[in-house]
Amino acid sequence: MPVLVVAVMIALAVITAAPVESVTVLPSADGHVGTVVVQRGEAQQVLHEAYATSRSGQAELTRLSAQEVQNTYGKALHALPAQAATFLLYFITGTDELTTDSKLELDKVLGALRERPLPDVLVIGHTDTVGDAEANDRLSAQRAETVKGFLVGIGIPAVRIRTAGRGERELLVPTDDNIEEPRNRRVEINVR
Amino acid sequence: MRASLAVVLFSVSAAALAADAGEIKVVSGAAHIERGSERLAARVGMPVQEADRVVTGADGTVGITFADNSLLSIGPGSSFAIDRYVFDSTTHAGKFDSTLSKGTLAVVSGKMVKQSPEAMHVRTPSAIMGVRGTDFVVRVSDH
Repeated sequence: MPVLVVAVMIALAVITAAPVESVTVLPSADGHVGTVVVQRGEAQQVLHEAYATSRSGQAELTRLSAQEVQNTYGKALHALPAQAATFLLYFITGTDELTTDSKLELDKVLGALRERPLPDVLVIGHTDTVGDAEANDRLSAQRAETVKGFLVGIGIPAVRIRTAGRGERELLVPTDDNIEEPRNRRVEINVR
Repeated sequence: MRASLAVVLFSVSAAALAADAGEIKVVSGAAHIERGSERLAARVGMPVQEADRVVTGADGTVGITFADNSLLSIGPGSSFAIDRYVFDSTTHAGKFDSTLSKGTLAVVSGKMVKQSPEAMHVRTPSAIMGVRGTDFVVRVSDH
């Protein structure tokens, strides 16, 4: 084999041994596009447009098509877990009984839970400012426990559900003391 | 005595919770976690911690939800390390450093990046990526 050919083969082997690296910014589910700053030694590239791509060994940014992203990253993207979701349910004054509208909203929560193979859930109860602070701590905790009961009832394991009662500390709508405010009588359900 | 035992148990479980950076939500094909000298088969519900390495086989993928709601997934033939993960759920301050040595990675950034744009970095063999509130994908391949 001629020496030159061997030399070229060795050179190619050295070049191809260096890993090829590539970074592409994607539009998020809500269409927002953020920024990735790529620092490679002294060189810095800023990616802030959808599908903008930085590759090792290339000074210029390129752009991938949605199809190219799918071809290269489809399996990884398919494995992304579901986005965290937040729901608010509202209660009849002084009780741990859901309003009629919120009973319907509960169906959406159940839908989000069924999408996830192993959901984890945080249920945070709140009250309005009617009644004293201690009683509201108890009522908010009771509201969270009631919702937990619904979720356990449809088959979510109790160990996957954490509850907290925040009383009247975190008003959704700020009010004076002893003001009835339906929007403050709520539980927040975080599903992941 | 009983009270002090309860306190000890509580602090142990609080420490264990604090050490969990996230939880595996999706697994398919061959995938495992390297934790110190241990090699654990990846399964849904398994917590991941700082210093863990996630390794996938030729058909393997893993998806992880982190404490700050960052979502990460690792494609087939990949090796990905969680170098540092700290998150304060009250202030949303934190630090998330990771390294993709080979394979593919998809990222949806979470609460800590919203709170502080410099909080999250992903390394590859030749680059460091600073993440400012976005979805992105990374690939490191031999060819």
